[in-house]
Amino acid sequence: MTIFALIIINKAGGLIYNRTFHEGLNKVSTNDLLVLAGTFHGVHAITARLNPLKHLQGAGGGPGNRNSTSSTAPSAHPGGSSSNSAAAGGGGGGSAGSGMSAQQLYQRPDPPSGLEVLETENFRMQCFATLTGTKFLLFTDTTQANVDLTMRRVYDMYADYVMKNPFYQLEMPVRCDMFDRKLGSYIREINNR
Amino acid sequence: MSHVGSGKAASSKEQTGLRYPSNGKTIYHRPLNRTKTAELSQAAFAYLFSEMVIYAQRRVTGIQELEKRLNLQGHPIGLKLLDLLLLREPPRSQTRPLTIIALLHFIKINVWTHLFGRQADRLEKSSNPDTPDEYMIVDNEPLVNAYISVPREMSQLNCAAFVAGIIEGVCDGAMFPARVTAHTVGGKEEGEMWPGKTVFLVKFQPEVLEREALLGKG
Repeated sequence: MTIFALIIINKAGGLIYNRTFHEGLNKVSTNDLLVLAGTFHGVHAITARLNPLKHLQGAGGGPGNRNSTSSTAPSAHPGGSSSNSAAAGGGGGGSAGSGMSAQQLYQRPDPPSGLEVLETENFRMQCFATLTGTKFLLFTDTTQANVDLTMRRVYDMYADYVMKNPFYQLEMPVRCDMFDRKLGSYIREINNR
Repeated sequence: MSHVGSGKAASSKEQTGLRYPSNGKTIYHRPLNRTKTAELSQAAFAYLFSEMVIYAQRRVTGIQELEKRLNLQGHPIGLKLLDLLLLREPPRSQTRPLTIIALLHFIKINVWTHLFGRQADRLEKSSNPDTPDEYMIVDNEPLVNAYISVPREMSQLNCAAFVAGIIEGVCDGAMFPARVTAHTVGGKEEGEMWPGKTVFLVKFQPEVLEREALLGKG
């Protein structure tokens, strides 16, 4: 049971924090890490639009004006045709116009969160995207339990020691001693368990 | 008109009310949120203080100027806090502190408890014989610095300069004019118990020590 590394990606796909917590890992160059962050950002954006479930289709689009969006720009909208059909289905049940959009607003499902877990035979990567689009990637052992909880604590610490720091500039690399220290002692505690 | 005018008659008739409650406690005698243990949100304060630091950082050229501005933001708070805390004391101990030691104890205990919910950690007198006018108040973990990491290129900065300003305001208000500065003394190494340990250096003006010496003789 080990936590290997943490990566934080800002909402533009830039790498703002990376740290490893385990000895004996292969070194990744900064350049590769930057490419990795950007690539993951793109993959995550695509996975957020892919949705195999029929009843949840089109959840990523806006509530009322889906028909017009997809008809004017179908090519710029990967999920265009599917969201179109979902909107039509919703319209069939209720009446047209404002009543329909209100009904849809009421039962609008959570927006799709995209890629959440990636598991290989050597490690497990958990992704947590905040509401503002910052992404936390936690690389752990495949047997690691309670990663959700760990992720939550890491997010708490980010909110406390990075966002409340007057010297941190938004979207820029995180250089906060306090964050490093608290994160280090928390992860060490987990890894020594 | 009848409420405001003709002081004596009105006040004797209306002893109770918002201005003169029946138990004699005015709104100055207790915090605005009624219960004594009611606490404020630390997150809200952290964001507010963070914005204060950012505000003070605008148009400053150096770290000393930044600390000076934070100090100035705290100074009026200290002046008013001295009056408020003395008013809340029981009537017989309502006098302002008259000696340096009494003043520093008042700051260490009353002011700190009111502001941060606990006492300051230590009180020291400078051991250097050249500077008998310097006293130190030690706080292992200043509340204002709870979430602040100072970048390496500004390592001399300590945002507790704001608290130093409050202390300075209390000293000035009690007629003990002083200069107060905040200094980080905690080590940066891993495993350090109090990495944010801060010393507030209180340097009194020469006339204060002169008076203190005269009082001591008499």
